[in-house]
Amino acid sequence: MTEVMTHNSIAASSSQTRHHALKSFRFGDVLFKNLTLSSAIIVLVILGGVILSLIKGSIPALTALGPEFFISQSWNPVSDKFGALPAIYGTLVTSFIAVLIAVPVGLGIAIFLTELCPMWARRPIGIAIELLAGIPSIIYGIWGLFVFAPFLQSHVQPFLISIFSSIPFLRDVFAGPGYGIGTLTAGLILSIMILPFITSISRDVFLTVPTVLKEAAFGIGCTTWEVVRKIVIPYTRVAIVGGVMLGLGRALGETMAVTFVIGNAHKISTSILAPGTTISATIANEFTEAVGSIYTSSLIALGLILFTITFFVLAIARFLLMRIEQKGAR
Amino acid sequence: MSSYAIRKSRNFIAMSLCYGAALLGLTALTFILAVLVYKGLSGLNLAVFTEMTPPPGSSGGLLNAIFGSVVMTVCGVLIGTPIGLLAGTYMAEYGRYSALTKIIRFVNDILLSAPSIVVGLFVYEILVSTVGHFSAWAGIVSLSILVLPVVVRTTEDMLLLVPNGLREAAAALGLPQSIVIRKIAYRAARSGLMTGVLLAIARVSGETAPLLFTALNNQFWSTNINAPMSSLPVVIYQFALSPYKDWQQLAWTGALLITFTVLFLSVIARMLSSSKVQK
Repeated sequence: MTEVMTHNSIAASSSQTRHHALKSFRFGDVLFKNLTLSSAIIVLVILGGVILSLIKGSIPALTALGPEFFISQSWNPVSDKFGALPAIYGTLVTSFIAVLIAVPVGLGIAIFLTELCPMWARRPIGIAIELLAGIPSIIYGIWGLFVFAPFLQSHVQPFLISIFSSIPFLRDVFAGPGYGIGTLTAGLILSIMILPFITSISRDVFLTVPTVLKEAAFGIGCTTWEVVRKIVIPYTRVAIVGGVMLGLGRALGETMAVTFVIGNAHKISTSILAPGTTISATIANEFTEAVGSIYTSSLIALGLILFTITFFVLAIARFLLMRIEQKGAR
Repeated sequence: MSSYAIRKSRNFIAMSLCYGAALLGLTALTFILAVLVYKGLSGLNLAVFTEMTPPPGSSGGLLNAIFGSVVMTVCGVLIGTPIGLLAGTYMAEYGRYSALTKIIRFVNDILLSAPSIVVGLFVYEILVSTVGHFSAWAGIVSLSILVLPVVVRTTEDMLLLVPNGLREAAAALGLPQSIVIRKIAYRAARSGLMTGVLLAIARVSGETAPLLFTALNNQFWSTNINAPMSSLPVVIYQFALSPYKDWQQLAWTGALLITFTVLFLSVIARMLSSSKVQK
């Protein structure tokens, strides 16, 4: 501020220096504007660079293996035969389990935070749930491997296997033996990890519901549950789906936590208790050990598939969330 | 049963489930933190901060890993923050209504939630496979790519909160726009901008996936930016999956250190931003 002041007083003293000061202002203005513009463009360049480098890196594998890469189940570094299907399948199944569990629980917490919780406790509980998002992925991994997986193996999985053992189809989905680690464990840990995203977005959009609407419903004698189900959720439906997609995007790309507990088996099992693999776990596990250009390139191609899937999921999420933001702005 | 009683009991069941959900979430958090403290605290001693990561079967510390993590995080933040700050400035100040801003906002949101392992692959392609060896540089660059979108997002949001009256008053004094932004808008949004940086640090200090094949790991003390460098998350990954008890104990201790650093940073960031909102 002071330097500006002195500039101004000098400028006022003579038109010569005034002209000079204006020129330096203009120069600074143009410089700063272009600096910010080029920084903004760097963001675009990075995304473009990510896409291009992944495409470039995956060309050797895709040309050598052809469409076989997307449908093959074999993963054999010795004979250079790679198929992405088990990893894609594992990614989708673990994320599906995660969303299936995190959505009802997340919505429940959001309802609790906006309708039931006493005012003074709302902020601390909200922050506590959001802290779950702050815990690094690797911590979930080490916790999952040493604490959660043994717990599931000894307490939950035998129970699941026995209650579903006589029901067709579900019998195969929950077929034993339970190893502790596996697809289900990965899905459960992912559900804890995406819970805060779904919770905080749902809570934020629940708060955008006009109070008049809710009061009108309460006024004609609706119960809290009826207000939530008939007023709050329909009003915020689009944004909730957006929040779920955002959580799904996270779950699809989550790496370290899954790598610890998925079991890293390149095969498709009907049982969700069996070990499997995901795209990100495969890359994390094998990339530094990959020898040969086809092997490395196959892993990069997996990365390209992962990026493409998450890109579309996140794009849809943003599109849906943008609609509620415009609604809120109006 | 009357329809009123049915509705009431339905309400009771649904609301109990909501209480249950909240309890479940809080239990998960407490459970994870309690396990970390229980397992990590027993291995926490001075040696952790003064000795290098040990070979299998002997005791040691995490000094080189902590050092590597600090160096790479600090450098990543130092590179990512100015770019993010300037990009956010463009979006909020110069191009607030332009089409370019809309595109950048969209792309930035994609980068914000993109899988970090993909960022690692990208940096591997441009900085590791071309140079021919792993290096701390590559790790720093991948962390700065993860810092960038966080800072861009918060900078834009926080600058949009600065009232236009402030800018107009400054412009009416004859200040050029760049000085209005730097001396008025930045100052008004300062605590919000700090929040963004803290959140970015919190995000990258636990990142493992992009470091696995950029900075790799290094069992020894190394200050060479051009060589592989150890980092806390990668050491945790390696040690936790090993069969050696000493290594596993160090992994838990490292996990405790990282988690509480990250949680501390995010709590501070939240306190900064909430005091802003209340004003």
